[in-house]
Amino acid sequence: MKNALGTVGTVLLLGGRSEIGLAVTARLVRDGARRVVLAVRADEPPSASPSAFPFASPPAFPHAAVAALKEAGADAVHVVPFDAADPDGHAAAFRAARDRLGDVDVVIAAFGVLGSQAACERDPRAAFRSATVNFAGHVSAGLHAARLLREQGHGTLVVLSSVAGVRVRGSNLVYGAAKAGLDAFAHGLADALTGSGAHVMVVRPGFVRTRMTEGLAPAPFPATPAQVADAVAEGLRLDRRTVWVPGGLRVLFAALRLVPRPLWRRLSR
Amino acid sequence: MELPQRLLTGFGRTAPTRASVARPRSVEEVAGLLAAAAPRGLIARGLGSSYGDAAQCAGGLVVDCTGLPGRPRLDPETGRCAVGAGVSLDALMRALLPRGWFVPVTPGTRQVTVGGAVAADIHGKNHHVDGSLGHHVRSLTLVLPGGEVRTVTPESDPALFWATVGGMGLTGVITEAVVQCVPVETAFLRVDTERTRDLDHTLELMAATDDHHHYSVAWIDLAAGKGATGRGVLTRGRHARRDELPARRRGTPLAFAPATRLRAPGWAPPGLLNRHTVRAFNEAWYRRAPALRRNEIQGIAPFFHPLDGVRGWNALYGPRGLVQYQFVVPFGAEPVLRAVAGRLAAAGAVSFLAVLKRFGPGNPAPLSFPMPGWTLALDLPAGLGGLAALLTELDERVAGAGGRVYLAKDARLPASMLARMYPRLAEWDAARRAADPTGLLGSDLARRLSLSQEGRKP
Repeated sequence: MKNALGTVGTVLLLGGRSEIGLAVTARLVRDGARRVVLAVRADEPPSASPSAFPFASPPAFPHAAVAALKEAGADAVHVVPFDAADPDGHAAAFRAARDRLGDVDVVIAAFGVLGSQAACERDPRAAFRSATVNFAGHVSAGLHAARLLREQGHGTLVVLSSVAGVRVRGSNLVYGAAKAGLDAFAHGLADALTGSGAHVMVVRPGFVRTRMTEGLAPAPFPATPAQVADAVAEGLRLDRRTVWVPGGLRVLFAALRLVPRPLWRRLSR
Repeated sequence: MELPQRLLTGFGRTAPTRASVARPRSVEEVAGLLAAAAPRGLIARGLGSSYGDAAQCAGGLVVDCTGLPGRPRLDPETGRCAVGAGVSLDALMRALLPRGWFVPVTPGTRQVTVGGAVAADIHGKNHHVDGSLGHHVRSLTLVLPGGEVRTVTPESDPALFWATVGGMGLTGVITEAVVQCVPVETAFLRVDTERTRDLDHTLELMAATDDHHHYSVAWIDLAAGKGATGRGVLTRGRHARRDELPARRRGTPLAFAPATRLRAPGWAPPGLLNRHTVRAFNEAWYRRAPALRRNEIQGIAPFFHPLDGVRGWNALYGPRGLVQYQFVVPFGAEPVLRAVAGRLAAAGAVSFLAVLKRFGPGNPAPLSFPMPGWTLALDLPAGLGGLAALLTELDERVAGAGGRVYLAKDARLPASMLARMYPRLAEWDAARRAADPTGLLGSDLARRLSLSQEGRKP
C-alpha cells in the first residue's frame, strides 16, 4: 500500500534495464519499498557502455541491478520476462509480477528506445519498430496496469513520457510523435481511472544523461536519472498528475507551445 | 445484488482506496457476508474516525456497521449495558446519562462506534486510573469468518476475546458489546486547570499529582520557542456531585445536550495550518487558559470532546490531509520524550495541540496500545516535506525506548517496526489465525503492516 506520506511497499518496473527506471526504483526502495519486480526483455544483450548511475558498473544485468536494489534495502528483487513489442506476453508478465509482489503499489513504465532519426528515415521499418515500443507497447502495458490497479482499488502507474512529445520537433520526429501519443494516452487513462483508487502520473523529463543519450549534445536544462527519481518520489507523495524534470521545463514549454511555427522550426533544428 | 463502490479514507483523509461497501441491517446479514468469499479481504467500518487506513480495504469489501440494530440496553441495577457495535459513543452517552450512568472510557471524540472503540481498545483521560476500554468489556458478540455468530467473554475464550480487543477488526466483525458503565450524579465535571512553563514542568506536575485526579490530560505547545517548548495547559477533573453544581443546574443535573456543532468549511487551501498559524493558535490557546483555576464546573462535551464542537475540522488541513503520530514510551524514558519534542520543533513539524498523558497499566490484549508510561499525540499536515523520514527516525527512538505507536492513529508505520513495538504480535497472530484460518479478513492497514494472512501474501 502507498501510505499516507507517499511511501510504497512494492514496485513493478517495466523496462528493467532503463537507467531512469532503475534510479526511480532505487529511490523508492531507499524510501521504504521492500519488494521489486524488474520486467525485462529476455534476449536483450547486456549493454556495452558503462555508466555511473545508478550502478557503478552496470551492465552485468540483472545481477548488478538486483544486488544494488537489495543493497538499497529491498527484501526481494525478481526478474520476469517482458517484451514491450510483444503484447501476447504482457498478461503473463503482469501475472508473474502479481504472484511475486502481492499488491503492486507502483508500476513504472520506463521502457523505450530513442533510435536515430536518420536511421528511421533510411529505413521506415526501424521507425515502425521504434513507434511500436514507444507508443503501442505502452498502450498495451498501460491497459494491463490499469486493469490490475482498478481491481486492487489502489496503486499508481508512473509513465515515463518526455518533453519531446510536448511539441514535436522535425529533427526528432518519430520518437517525439510516439511520446506525444503516449503522453496523451496516459493523461486520458488518468481521467478514465479517476475515482477508481488507481492513479496515473505522467513524467516529462527533458534531456536526461543516460546510456540512451550518450554522445548526443545535451538540450538545455539537462537532468540526471537521480533528479528524475527525486521528482517521481515527490510526485507520488503529493499525488501529482504531471511531473516535469526539471520543474522549470513546465514554464519553458508553456512558452514554446505558443511559438509560431516558422520560429519553432528554426529553434528546434 | 451489486454493491456500491466507494473511495474511502480515514479521518486524516490520506491514501484513499476503493472498495465495495455493504451496509447490513442485521446480524444475519453480517453472517451472510462473512460466509461468502471475499478474495481481497473484508473489514468492518464504523464512523471512519480512525486517522489512517484501519477501516478501508482496497479492492475488497467494507462492512459499514452503522446500520446494525442494538439500541443500548442498560441494566440499571448493575450498570451493565449491552449495545450494538454500530452505535456511536455519542448516542450511547445520550442514552446512559439521563439514567445516571456514563461510559467507562471516552476518547477525545464521541463520533466513534462501540465496535471501533473495542477494535482499537481506546483509552481516555482516565487511563492512569481505569485502564482502556477492554478492561470494562464484559462480553463481545462476533461474527467469525464463515458466518458463525459467537459470544465471547474474557473467561469463555480469553485468547479470542483479547485478540479482538485492540485487534483492529481482524478477528471478526463485532456486532455487540456488553460494557460495565460507571454511575454518575451529574453530566458535569469538577475541573482544575493549570498552566505549565515548559515540558519539564509539565512532566513533573503530572507525575507528582496525576494520581489524585480521575481524569487528567495536558495540551502542550511544541511550537513555543526559547525554552518554553512543551509548556501547556493541564486539565484534570472528576465527575461532579449534584451538590457541587450551581443552583440553576441542580434541578437537571443529568441534562446532556451538546451544543449544535459548527461546521468547518469543506475546503481549505493547502498549507493553511503552517508553522506560523499553528504558533499563533497555540499562543492564543495557552493565553486563553487561566494560570490556575480550581473547581470549575464544566460539561462533559467541552471537557472530553472539545474538537467535536467543530464538525469536519480535519478539512482545515487541506487536500493533503493530516496524520496523527501517537506514541507511548515507558516511564523512565522521559529523555526520549524530550528528544522527540525537540526533534519535531527543530524540523518545524509543529503540531497544533499536542496531547500528553500518563498511562497506567495495560491489559492482557496483545495488540493493545497503552502501557505504563507517557503518551504523546501530534497532528501533523501530511503534505509537510520530509515528514516520512522524520517520523521513521522517531519510530526508531520510540521502539528503542521500548515504546510503540498507536495503530488506530497510524497511516505510515513501516511493517518492519511492528514486531519491535508489539512484542506479543505472534501471540495475537496465533489467535487471529485460529479465528480466521483462511485469511478472509483484511484491511489496508493489515496489508501495509503485513498484519493478516491476506496482507502476508504471497
